[in-house]
Amino acid sequence: MDLDIDEASAAFRDEVREWLAEHVPRPALSSMDTAEGFAQHREWEAKLADARLSVVSWPREYTGRDASLLQWLLFEEEYYAAGAPGRVGQNGIFMLAPTLFAHGTQEQRDRILPPMARGEQVWAQAWSEPEAGSDIAALRSRAVRTDGGWLASGAKTWSSRAAFADRAFGLFRSDPESQRHRGLTYLMFDLRAEGVTVRPIPQLDGEPGFAEIFLDNVLVPDTDVIGEPGEGWRVAMTTANNERGLSLRSPGRFLAAADRLVTLWREQGEPAAVAERVADAWIGARAYQLYTYGTVTRLAEGGGLGPESSVNKLFWSHLDVALHETALDLLGPEGEVAGPWTDGYLFSLAGPIYGGTDQIQRNTIAERLLGLPREAR
Amino acid sequence: MRFAPTAEQKQFAESLHDLLAGADTPAAVREWGEGRHEPGLKIWRDLADLGVPALLVPERDGGLGASAADLVVAFEVLGYHAVPGPLVESVAVAPRLAPRESLPALASGELLATVASPPLVPYALDADVAGLVLRVRDGGVERARSVAGPVRSVDAARRLFRVRAGEALGDAPGEAFELGLLAVSAQLAGAGRWLLEQASAYARQREQYGRAIGSFQAVKHLLADVATRLELARPLVHGAAVTMTACDVSAAKVAAGEAAYLAARTALQVHGAIGYTAEHDLGLWLTRVRALTGAWGGAAWHRARVLAGLDVRDG
Ligand SMILES: Cc1cc2nc3c(=O)[nH]c(=O)nc-3n(C[C@H](O)[C@H](O)[C@H](O)COP(=O)(O)OP(=O)(O)OC[C@H]3O[C@@H](n4cnc5c(N)ncnc54)[C@H](O)[C@@H]3O)c2cc1C
Repeated sequence: MDLDIDEASAAFRDEVREWLAEHVPRPALSSMDTAEGFAQHREWEAKLADARLSVVSWPREYTGRDASLLQWLLFEEEYYAAGAPGRVGQNGIFMLAPTLFAHGTQEQRDRILPPMARGEQVWAQAWSEPEAGSDIAALRSRAVRTDGGWLASGAKTWSSRAAFADRAFGLFRSDPESQRHRGLTYLMFDLRAEGVTVRPIPQLDGEPGFAEIFLDNVLVPDTDVIGEPGEGWRVAMTTANNERGLSLRSPGRFLAAADRLVTLWREQGEPAAVAERVADAWIGARAYQLYTYGTVTRLAEGGGLGPESSVNKLFWSHLDVALHETALDLLGPEGEVAGPWTDGYLFSLAGPIYGGTDQIQRNTIAERLLGLPREAR
Repeated sequence: MRFAPTAEQKQFAESLHDLLAGADTPAAVREWGEGRHEPGLKIWRDLADLGVPALLVPERDGGLGASAADLVVAFEVLGYHAVPGPLVESVAVAPRLAPRESLPALASGELLATVASPPLVPYALDADVAGLVLRVRDGGVERARSVAGPVRSVDAARRLFRVRAGEALGDAPGEAFELGLLAVSAQLAGAGRWLLEQASAYARQREQYGRAIGSFQAVKHLLADVATRLELARPLVHGAAVTMTACDVSAAKVAAGEAAYLAARTALQVHGAIGYTAEHDLGLWLTRVRALTGAWGGAAWHRARVLAGLDVRDG
């Protein structure tokens, strides 16, 4: 057992560190949930791509680096430690792309991945519906066969960044007789296509961080179906595991936040009352980092990512909330003043909801990891 | 002993509740956050008609000379409805700090007051609508000379102003601070109650997997824990209003703050994504509770005050 970093990975990490030190924009970009900030974040993606740093875990032919999972983790650690901008393209890069690598056609990969890697096409995840949140298999949006493709209709909602994004991916019921997980088809569609209406929804901070998407007989060509029609659920689960498992929130983000918290605590005269919680935030971030090193070791040796990904998600969502609560409590009466800590706090509150709620993760852990009987549902 | 609200207190709470239930406070909170005060001021005038700003003003100065217990009863309802504005400052604190000639106007509601008392109350809330801006320093009270702001709060409807002190007005009795704390604690308890009720109602109605989400134990237990915490915070708030000791008042702030905060977190969790939108009213209460958790001293400060003030029998 060791924590050694091989030479190639260390060299890569150093390169990333140096590049970021030179290029991370100061002052920070505007919020990506505004039109102006979204455009700035797009440009940043292009800059990353020019340095071949936007999609390091992808194959070289798609401007990636063939980075190993460990190298990707190191990239993320450097990225967040440098205070680099949030990734406006993350749902495409970390959810859709792995799905295309696993189930897409060569034509789809060649057409879709290059503009994705440069932020020229930003993708939104359109999974949730008003009546299908945790219970995603209850989805009602439908796809009806037409010449050369499908006509998609229905309502998707809570789609992050859809207010300004270009394209979206989601599941549609293509077999009207089907129930639950069967008879679903995985489609990609243009958010500006005829029949699509996007209604931006402001979040707690007042900015339209997500949107509702209405589809009314939107023509989706066969070339924008991923996998076989009717097989959408199986295809989607690749993406879901990627989201919950590793890529949604890598340890780098929390390590950087924990460091900022420790700095804040020191600046405030090391108040004893919150000392334990500050230490716990750092311990949590370190635990998550080491846990993830273990996961990537296992994956590199051919293991899979199963219900353990729920352990991951439950852990970081709690860590993130606790870390930000500690910062606000530490600041006492000044804690309410709006700024990076309150922004981070509000953002952290969504963590136990998106990507599968805490309650759903706990059920998965209890039932699939511990073998407890399924709850009636 | 009779440790329960009197019939008059209950009636007062009910009439406040009836007024506010029909006042669309969420709309007023949103407008207030944008710096448009009129809907909030209309509610303020209606509250004045019911005697809210007169509560703590002595009868000889045109007030009601009511007790801290009456104050707490009122602020639970004000917190439940998330009424915007410098209520704690005007109704609970200013009557003990303002110059005597201002008291009749305070009691009638014509005059709104606000106060900063650094470090625990570093900003004066809503100084732009207050006709009287006070600052407490070294046990004395001063009329603020200039105000700057607003500084944005995580709760958009809490508009914070920095104040610079000016003309000295006299001593600041410690009681003013305790009354402010009591009012904040009661507001928190009331806000927590609203959050619990909303979340419970939603859990009864929202269906996933073909059944109400409230039928899942995971959801039930979350809500039951909130109910328990709130039930046990309330007696501390009421008890502190009776005794007014530093220990009891600080204990009330800690318990009400933490119970309301748990209610806010839980209510968001139970609502899922819909609670995370600015279109839903939940966020108004959630951010209010977050702000009040630290305002007037956070839990760590008040816990320390409890310990410092305890007089424990040895052996
Ligand atoms: C900031 C944010 C960004 C998002 N971005 C996207 C996006 O980009 N694309 C997208 O498709 N979706 C997105 N979502 C939606 C997210 O995936 C859903 O919110 C989530 O799946 C929960 O669904 P819901 O909100 O409808 O809550 P519900 O499913 O209605 O759940 C309400 C409550 O009931 C509980 N509950 C439900 N079922 C059970 C059960 N069986 N056992 C115990 N408890 C249960 C939940 O845990 C929760 O507490 C986003 C959400 C947020 C908050």
